Amino acid sequence: MAELDVQVVASDHAVWSGAAKSVRGRTVEGDMGILPGHTPVLSLLAEGELLIDPVEGGPIKAKVNGGFFSVDSDRVTIVADDAELIEG
Amino acid sequence: MGAQIRVYRQKIASTSSMKKIFKAMELIATSRIGKARSRARAALPYAEAITRAVSAVASQNDIDHVLTTKVENPTRAAVLVLTSDRGLAGAYSTNVLKQGDALTKRLREDGKEVRPYLYGRKAQAFYDFREREYDQVWTGNTDAPQVERAQEIGRTLVDRFLQPTEEGGVDELYLVYTEFQSMVKQEPVARRLLPLAFVESDAEDEHEPNPLYDFEPNAEEVLDALLPRYIESKIFAAMLEASASELAARQRAMKSAADNADDLIKKYTLLRNNARQAEITQELSELIAGADALAAS
Repeated sequence: MAELDVQVVASDHAVWSGAAKSVRGRTVEGDMGILPGHTPVLSLLAEGELLIDPVEGGPIKAKVNGGFFSVDSDRVTIVADDAELIEG
Repeated sequence: MGAQIRVYRQKIASTSSMKKIFKAMELIATSRIGKARSRARAALPYAEAITRAVSAVASQNDIDHVLTTKVENPTRAAVLVLTSDRGLAGAYSTNVLKQGDALTKRLREDGKEVRPYLYGRKAQAFYDFREREYDQVWTGNTDAPQVERAQEIGRTLVDRFLQPTEEGGVDELYLVYTEFQSMVKQEPVARRLLPLAFVESDAEDEHEPNPLYDFEPNAEEVLDALLPRYIESKIFAAMLEASASELAARQRAMKSAADNADDLIKKYTLLRNNARQAEITQELSELIAGADALAAS
């Protein structure tokens, strides 16, 4: 199965990057789930949780605050004003 | 005679204590350059991601957006000059200010009014001393810039840009800062931020065409949110580079100051020894002359 190349960056540091099976985030219009093969999209993020299901290891949660979300040819970039991983 | 030796001793003592200060400042600057550079590197992914997105949007869309359209006859330009708060960094601030002046002159020759925006106490002092006008100044923390400050500056400048020209808005936005090329080379540069000029040549995957994006909620709103962030990230990146340059300049200035202090100490030690020897010689000759005079009588 194809996988997503995910990169989460905040304005002054990189938060997380790696391969994932799916990513779910909250945009200004509601939750959006991304699976491999998603059409290219550029969307604004709302304040909320980001859920990444990596290829290896358990799900990763991150709190993001504003920013945007771009998907193109299985490359997902989450550019947040402020983001941090939530442990657990 | 004794007075002269005392003067030299004092000079040696004060020069050595200054040398200690220079040395300490050099070490502090050296240790902080690494941190400043790694911060600049850490901010890179964000800047790259945002640049990629902005250029993708702007190259595929014919959306008329205020931030991308060029005004026919630009009449006013804002120039943001990034200097340091503190001195003792050699010609660091002077060089940036010179670059800013050159840009101002060029813009004026093109018939544009220049509105300076300053960052750093040195720029403020420079403008105040010459009684020049400036629109706004930000000071503090130039050697360890904060994101919030960059956002504040970015917002101010974008707001000014969005104002209609008749109401005092600007048509162009320039950024003057010092580019960190290496530990020994920092170059003051002037860049235009707005209106946006897209250069796609710096994208390494040039052959990959930019994808056709869907926008949510719509293209205009995405651009509205994206472009100020792009400007902010550009300003923040420039601030970080400027801070690394400032520290490198300070390190070099302090190193040469410590070396000069060394030379001075050597010089004064020599003079002090000369003076001491002269004093001894004179005392001796006075003694001998006195003894001779006594023996003769």
